[in-house]
Amino acid sequence: MISVNDKWEVQWSPGVTIQEVLTALGFTHAVVVVSVNGLLVLPADFDTHVVADGDSVKVIHIIGGG
Amino acid sequence: MFAPQTPKERVEAIQAGHRVLAEVHYERQPVTKGYAGRTLHVDVSANQISIKPVDDWMRNTFIGGRGFDLWLLWNAVTGSTRWDSPENEIVISSGPIGGITQYPGTGKSIAAAISPLTGTVIDSNVGGYFGPLLKFAGFDAIELQGIAGEEIIVFLDGNQGLIQILAAPEESVNSNLLAEEMVAVFGKTPQEKQGVTSVSAGVGSEHTLIGCLNFSFWDPRRQLARLKQAGRGGIGTVLRNKRVKALVVKYVGLKGDSNGPADLSLIQRTGATMHREIYERDPIMFTMRLDGTNHLTRIMNDYDILPVHNFRYGAHPEAHHIYSENFQKYFDYSSPDGCWYGCTLACAKVATGLELRTGPLKGQSVTVDGPEYETVAGIGANCGIWDAHAVLEANYYCDAYGIDTISFGTGVAFVMECFEEGILSKDTTGGLDLHFGNGGAMLELLHQMGRGEGFGLVVGQGIRRMKKIFAEQYGANPAFLQDIGMEAKGLEYSEYVTKESLAQQGGYGLANKGPQHDEAWLIFMDAVNNQIPTFEDKAEALHYFPMWRTWFGINGLCKLPWNDVEPGDNRARYRGIEAAKVPEHVQNYVNLFTAVTGRADVKTGDDLVRLSEVVYNFQRLFNLKMGFGTRQHDAIPYRSAGPVTDAEYESRAERYDAQLRSQVGIDPTGLSTTEKRLALRRHREAQYETLIDAVYARRGWDENGIPTLQTARSLGLDTPEIVRLIGQHATGAA
Repeated sequence: MISVNDKWEVQWSPGVTIQEVLTALGFTHAVVVVSVNGLLVLPADFDTHVVADGDSVKVIHIIGGG
Repeated sequence: MFAPQTPKERVEAIQAGHRVLAEVHYERQPVTKGYAGRTLHVDVSANQISIKPVDDWMRNTFIGGRGFDLWLLWNAVTGSTRWDSPENEIVISSGPIGGITQYPGTGKSIAAAISPLTGTVIDSNVGGYFGPLLKFAGFDAIELQGIAGEEIIVFLDGNQGLIQILAAPEESVNSNLLAEEMVAVFGKTPQEKQGVTSVSAGVGSEHTLIGCLNFSFWDPRRQLARLKQAGRGGIGTVLRNKRVKALVVKYVGLKGDSNGPADLSLIQRTGATMHREIYERDPIMFTMRLDGTNHLTRIMNDYDILPVHNFRYGAHPEAHHIYSENFQKYFDYSSPDGCWYGCTLACAKVATGLELRTGPLKGQSVTVDGPEYETVAGIGANCGIWDAHAVLEANYYCDAYGIDTISFGTGVAFVMECFEEGILSKDTTGGLDLHFGNGGAMLELLHQMGRGEGFGLVVGQGIRRMKKIFAEQYGANPAFLQDIGMEAKGLEYSEYVTKESLAQQGGYGLANKGPQHDEAWLIFMDAVNNQIPTFEDKAEALHYFPMWRTWFGINGLCKLPWNDVEPGDNRARYRGIEAAKVPEHVQNYVNLFTAVTGRADVKTGDDLVRLSEVVYNFQRLFNLKMGFGTRQHDAIPYRSAGPVTDAEYESRAERYDAQLRSQVGIDPTGLSTTEKRLALRRHREAQYETLIDAVYARRGWDENGIPTLQTARSLGLDTPEIVRLIGQHATGAA
């Protein structure tokens, strides 16, 4: 299982990438900062960075809002 | 536009109608360190004009803008003053930084008055040129008091040193005409036209309690007057009640150092860095320069935050029809669109060539400013109207009639739900079919507000009064109306669904003026990023961000350049709530404040927040003075916190069932939808009360939401009047 923002859990499967985790949660916002176990992952690597079972992923949406 | 007269004839007719009712000559003094040093008081009952000094205590305590508005209004009214009392004032001020041209977002004005919707003080911020040009014409603020004996305008010529109250029988009332008339009458040359700015409303302001103020600026490239709105709380209604058609300021001679800063070089350096950042970052962040604030609509729909069908839901499959790309074809991108000089963020979009399909100008091609996200979400999504043209047309007529698009959109969404619930019928709406999605009916309600007739007049009373009318006259269940009527403190909600963000429920419910998002916008930080999970975290955010955002309002600034663009390394350098503060930009504002005012005692962002705390707490005490400002007035409609109906629950049943298990400790298996919904409601209502306790404690307020005497003392607000006020109401030891 992958923990996201200490709030959601995404079912782990072999080879699952950051982008697939984002998609699974419906996170479409383009301006996000992602870290895995505290280490930043660059947007260019979202499609290739593989997440391990038990990893803690933080997805911080950057948005000023109203 | 001036038919049947020619433009020249129209100007001559307006000028012929002018009769001087009062006149004062003054010597304009240069602005020094962001201050003109004087304020202007205009009593239109007595036709008296007076000039007051700004003393050191007022300047250092209230700073300017919203702070000056509150202080001047406080001294003008009593606890028994009502919105239509002659002593009620409209106060308008920019702020010490307002009017500089080297940094984006520095042309804001803040208007304040006793509101017809809330019964207490309302503040509303707005772009356009009025506030800055008022200051450069010699005044840090204008107070408009009294009720005129006939239709008037107030004219201030900063170059001539002349202030006049003029009988104005010939001017139009609606801002779409009046703003251009004022430019034509008082601006003879291209330079003069750019130096003429007005504040006006419209006939809708006369017929409703949701009137807005339109602040104008002249667009020389397109040769037309543009309008920005101080929308919230019905200040336009107050203006028309005073029989004032317009406040007009003329000042020609704006320069880069007109604000008299202590250190222009520091402002220039800070601005240059920010401009570069915007050029580089905006295209890959929020595309403000392309779409304006409506870039948010897609994001809000994707994350279940876009208000749909009176806030019942947060998303809709048809929402893509009102995403920003659907408005781009209307926008004129031929020149940059800032609402004040030097704003490279340039979010003020202008739609040209809009052919109107309804109303008195049906068939005409018009230009409309916007639409902002709030307008698209309120009139579009919240009413189920997935039609960009209808939204733009409503935007145009709202501005022309002087109607707040937010209160209008949220109000129409409310009556549409009442119609679908059987509370209203065609018998009670004058034949209007108010099902969600009926754009024609929405526009007809708006035109009825303009004409002063029909069911539009009922909607124009605002949701709080409608709830009473529907219960008393149509037999509706008051508790249900309370649950679905999206207002708090009497003000209609702005356009975000907050069911999954307890912090934003507080952001709305605890806002001094009522549920407007400009105090705190914590939805993503709370509900998505999960950065403020505990009550203490949320309370800290509901202390810092409202105080910080208040700072923009006391200085004449727009908040958008603060966090609608970020330095590329912001999130690498800072984490969590610190990153959300955008520390590099906070330092920019420290630079701007000290470079303008020369104040050596302000060195950090915390020092800026301290300035805001004074004003924020003063506004809370102002509410107390007016008979509000306690815990009962921080209550929110339940739809702000959770699903009111079984259908709402079922629409997100998986989410709510999971929350019952994980947060409430209830196994939903075997429970009916109603049982589950009520269990969730008990939990969420208790959560909100706990949040309030935490926020009050963080802000230094007692359990009833009143700033303690100790808090007032620490902020320098322990004047005899305030000490008495707190003493009369406080429930705990100071």
